[in-house]
Amino acid sequence: MRKYVLRRLLVAIPSLLIASFIVFSLPRLLPGDIVQLMLEERAYGKDLDDLRAKLGLNRPIYVQYFEWLGSVVRGHLGESLWTKRPVVEELTRRLPVSLKLGALALLFSVSISLPIGILAAVRQDTLADYLSRSVAILALSIPGFWLATLVVVLPAIWWNWSPPIQFTEFSADPWAHVAQFILPAFILGVASSAAIMRLTRATLLEVLRQDYVRTAWAKGSRERSVVLKHGLKNALIPVVTVLGIQIAQILGGTVIFETIFGLPGMGRFLFDAINQRDYPVIQGINLLIVSMIVLMNLLVDACYAFLDPRIRY
Amino acid sequence: MANQVETLTTAARRAERRRPDASGSARVRALWRFCRRKPLGALGGLIVLALIVMAALAPWIAHYAYDETLRGARLKAPGAQFWMGTDNLGRDMWSRVVYGARVSVTVGFGAVLLANALGALIGVSSGYFGGKYDICVQRVVDAWQSFPFLVVILSIMAVLGPGLLNIVLALGVVGAANASRVIRGTTISVVENVYVESARAIGCGHLRIMVRHILPNVAGTIIVLATIGLGAFILAESALSFLGFGVPPPYPSWGAMLSGAGRSFFYQAPWMAIYPGLAISLAVFGFNMLGDALRDMLDPRLRGVGGRMR
Repeated sequence: MRKYVLRRLLVAIPSLLIASFIVFSLPRLLPGDIVQLMLEERAYGKDLDDLRAKLGLNRPIYVQYFEWLGSVVRGHLGESLWTKRPVVEELTRRLPVSLKLGALALLFSVSISLPIGILAAVRQDTLADYLSRSVAILALSIPGFWLATLVVVLPAIWWNWSPPIQFTEFSADPWAHVAQFILPAFILGVASSAAIMRLTRATLLEVLRQDYVRTAWAKGSRERSVVLKHGLKNALIPVVTVLGIQIAQILGGTVIFETIFGLPGMGRFLFDAINQRDYPVIQGINLLIVSMIVLMNLLVDACYAFLDPRIRY
Repeated sequence: MANQVETLTTAARRAERRRPDASGSARVRALWRFCRRKPLGALGGLIVLALIVMAALAPWIAHYAYDETLRGARLKAPGAQFWMGTDNLGRDMWSRVVYGARVSVTVGFGAVLLANALGALIGVSSGYFGGKYDICVQRVVDAWQSFPFLVVILSIMAVLGPGLLNIVLALGVVGAANASRVIRGTTISVVENVYVESARAIGCGHLRIMVRHILPNVAGTIIVLATIGLGAFILAESALSFLGFGVPPPYPSWGAMLSGAGRSFFYQAPWMAIYPGLAISLAVFGFNMLGDALRDMLDPRLRGVGGRMR
C-alpha cells in the first residue's frame, strides 16, 4: 500500500508539471496588457518599459516560468501585482472560507444523495424511485446561481427577510459565522448530490443482482444487512470516483457562490484576479486548486483498497 | 433445391424493392416506439424542438425587438400585453427570453460539435495507437481534466475576451477532454474486433481504418455524449454570462439577464429574476431527459457519464 501511494505520487508529478505550465502560461496570453492597464489606472512607473522591467515581465517567458517554478518549490507564490501583498498570505486567509463552504456542501451532497440513491435502487420502479429520479434530473438542470438568486430575492419580497450577505468573522459571532455558510453550501450540495444519487442507484442495482447478494438473501440475512453490508459496500467504488470529480466541481462552484453570498473566499479572489489580470494571484490559486484535486484523486484511489479488499497494490 | 434458391432470390429482390419505402416507415415506427417506451425522453425531445424553433423563428415569435425600449413601460408586471413583464429599461421580457434562445442554441450546438470533433480526434487516435502515444496524450488529458471546469473556462475567456465565438471555443476545448476519455474507452473495445484486424490484413492504412472502420462504430457513443453535453454546455454558457464573460449586452443571453445592473431591481420586479432562469432550467431539462432516454436505448454502458458542469 505504501509503495503504491509512493508510486502514484511519482506518477502525479508529470501531471502536476504539465498543469503548472498550463497554469503559468494561460494568464500570460491575456490580450489586455497588464502593464498598460496598470499605467492607465494608477501610475506605478515612468513608462511601459520601466514598469515591465520592475515586474520582471520583460524577460523571455521560459525564464519567467522556471523562476516561478523555483520559487513555488520554496513555498513562495509571488505577490499580487496590484496590492503588493504576498499571494501565500492572502491564500491562507481566504482558503479556510472556501474549504468550509466546500466541506459543508460535500456533507449536504453525500447526506442527501446516498440515502435517496439507496432507496431508489431498493424500491426500483416504485413511485419513490420515479420521484427521486425526476427530482435528480431537475436538480441537474437548474442553474445554481439562479437558485441562489431566488433564495436571496424571494424571501425578501415575501417576508422581508434575506440571508446574510455581509461576512461575519468567527471571532465576532460564532453562530452567525456558521449560519452564513449553510444556505450557499446547501444549494451547492444539492446540485452535486443529483449526480451522486443517480450513480449510487445505478451501481447498487447492478450489485444487487449478483450471486453473492442472492446467497446473502438465501442464508436469511435481513434486508438492512443485505443492502448495506453486501450491496452498498460493493457499489461504492464508482461512487467514490465520482465524489472525487464532484469535489473539483464544488471547488469551481465556489467562484459563483462566494460572489453571490459575499463570502471572502478563494473563488471570489480568483474572479477578481481574472478581472484585474493579476498573474501571480491567478497562478497561485489555480496551482493550489490543481494540487488539491490531484491529492484528492490519490485519496480516492487509496479508498478503493479499503472498500474492496480484493484490490491489492 | 432450385426452387428454394429462387424463392430466396425473389424474397431478396422484393426486400430490395421495398427498402426505400420501408426505411421511411420504419423510422416513424422507431420514433413511435421511442415515445411509448420513454415518454419522459419524448417530452425532452419536444422541449428541445420548441427551443430550436424559438431560436430559428425569434423575430416572428417575439413581440418586440430584444433591445427596444418601450416608453412608459418600465418594470411592468406580467400581463396580457407583456407576457413576462418588462425590465428596468422598459424592454419586453418575453421578447428577450425568445431571442436569448438563440445564444443558448448556438453555443450549445457549436460547443458540442467542436468538443466531440476534437474528442473523437484525440480519443480515437489515442485508443487506436495505444502505447507511448496513448500514455503521453492521456497524461495531458489528465492535467487538463484536473482543473475545475469553471476555473479553466474563466481563465480561457479572460484570454479570449467575451463574445459568442469565444464561448464556443472555450467550452469546446474544455469539453473535448471529457469527450475524448469516453470515446477512447469505446475505441479500445472496438479495436479488438475481428473486422479491424481483417482491415489491417488487407492492407488498409491507419487513417482508413480509423475513419472507415472505427469511427462509425463509436458514433453511437458520440451521439449520446453530444446530447448529454448540450445541456451541460447551455448551463455553462449561462453561468459564464452570469459572471460577465458571455455575449456582450444588449444582446440577451439568459445568464446575463440574471446579472448586472438589473439585479438591484429584482426586489421590485421578481419576474425579471424568474423567467430567464426558468428558461435555462427548462432547456437543460429537455436535453437531459432526451439524452438519458437516448443513452438507455443506444448505449447503456454510458450510465453515470456526463452530468453537469458548473
